[in-house]
Amino acid sequence: MDAIKITNLTKKYGDLLAVDNLNLTIKKGELFSLLGLNGAGKTTTIKMLSCLTKPTSGDATMLGNSIKTNPFAVKEKIGISPQETSVAANLTVFENLEFIAGIHGQDKENRQRNAYQIAKQFGLEDVLKKRAQHLSGGMQRRLAIAMALISEPQILFLDEPTLGVDILARRELWAFIRSLKQKVTIVLTTHYLEEVEALSDRVGVMVRGKLAAVGTVEELLEQTGTKSLEDAFVSLAGGVV
Amino acid sequence: MRTYLFMRRNIKEILRDPLNVFFGLGFPLVLLGLLSLINANIPPEANNPMFEIKNLAPGLAMFGTVFFALFVGVLLAKDRTSSFLMRLFTSPMRASEFLLGYTLPMVIMASVQVTITLLASLFFGLSINLNLILAIFVSAITSLLFIGLGLLSGTLMNDKAVGGICGALLTNVAGWLSGVFIPLELIGGTFQKVTQVLPFYHNVEAIKRAMNGNLSEMAFHLGIVLAYTAVVFGIAILMFRKRMNGDGL
Repeated sequence: MDAIKITNLTKKYGDLLAVDNLNLTIKKGELFSLLGLNGAGKTTTIKMLSCLTKPTSGDATMLGNSIKTNPFAVKEKIGISPQETSVAANLTVFENLEFIAGIHGQDKENRQRNAYQIAKQFGLEDVLKKRAQHLSGGMQRRLAIAMALISEPQILFLDEPTLGVDILARRELWAFIRSLKQKVTIVLTTHYLEEVEALSDRVGVMVRGKLAAVGTVEELLEQTGTKSLEDAFVSLAGGVV
Repeated sequence: MRTYLFMRRNIKEILRDPLNVFFGLGFPLVLLGLLSLINANIPPEANNPMFEIKNLAPGLAMFGTVFFALFVGVLLAKDRTSSFLMRLFTSPMRASEFLLGYTLPMVIMASVQVTITLLASLFFGLSINLNLILAIFVSAITSLLFIGLGLLSGTLMNDKAVGGICGALLTNVAGWLSGVFIPLELIGGTFQKVTQVLPFYHNVEAIKRAMNGNLSEMAFHLGIVLAYTAVVFGIAILMFRKRMNGDGL
């Protein structure tokens, strides 16, 4: 079953065509990585899919709900971990988790139970009473992803989830993201190609607003006649291999 | 429920910052003490009643609420720049829940602040009567002007710019042009005319008239403040909705 179906999705900012007639289908439970140079249109695509900005034309359905005509139904089903850590600085770890669960409609008992549970899953149980602003960058990143998951989303957008975290924390986050595969549909954007190789079921490469290629890592290598994902990406992005 | 949870979060964010607590609660009390001290040293022959407690208390009640523009503006700007608001925009929260969640805690805290300022004024000779309750109510309503300015600034600017506009500029403009710190009648001329066009003077006068129980004059001054408030809030709501819809702001 399709989780995300994008049809002719286009976004213009004045004369700038940020996303150009995008067509893509992502299956339920799939982890799809969106690659592209800065300004290729990845973030704009994610913003449209998560109802943060309206498309100029075209549409996308998220588990059957249109982002244009039924954004609130879409918002019930998605979670996002933005590139910035996006936590409430003066709230504790527990309060951050409980707050997000609450605005997604969970009652007090459920949101407290879920906050404890997800904090444990992310290794945050020892810092539950610590204010978010006093956490290390890696811990803030964990909290940010935990906050995206506490609402039990069916579709999760992870924008540069391991940016600025050390290698051990990155591997821990990878392990957790892997554990979500098949249960949650994940759209991942990252500049770390080894992350894409380690986690993705399929990869899409965006170039100047268009989807230049879609496929598994192996399919992209075959398509570009290259031996590494980095070479394949450079080749698709118009660089010199 | 979502509005309540968001309100609770915003109150915690503000009250857990010691600077906010100082400027929100402590600063008006410090000014009350200092200006009362100055008043005690003004000789009667100077015939200057501006720092007499019946004038000073409503002035400081208004001046204290100016800081809520700073509090809500910085909070909103930080929520935007840290992408916390982006996260919330992908939740089922609606624009009205965001705006109420930012506004109501400020009105509550402004009311508490004004109550404390007026109660403290009793120790400096302010006469106690039921009109003080009306004055607190009027101050809570007029605080919406500053909260609206804060919402507008926080929607359009980053937290440093909000600090400059709502912290340095607005507090000075509101302080000087309201007659809290300088006698407008003595200066007169164009300066006084300008102050009467702007809402700050009328804000103080509305609270003062409420304290005196002069309801018709209170309604006149309050009406002018509310007209400004409606315009400012209208623009703030429009801009916030544009921001929420990602319409190029």
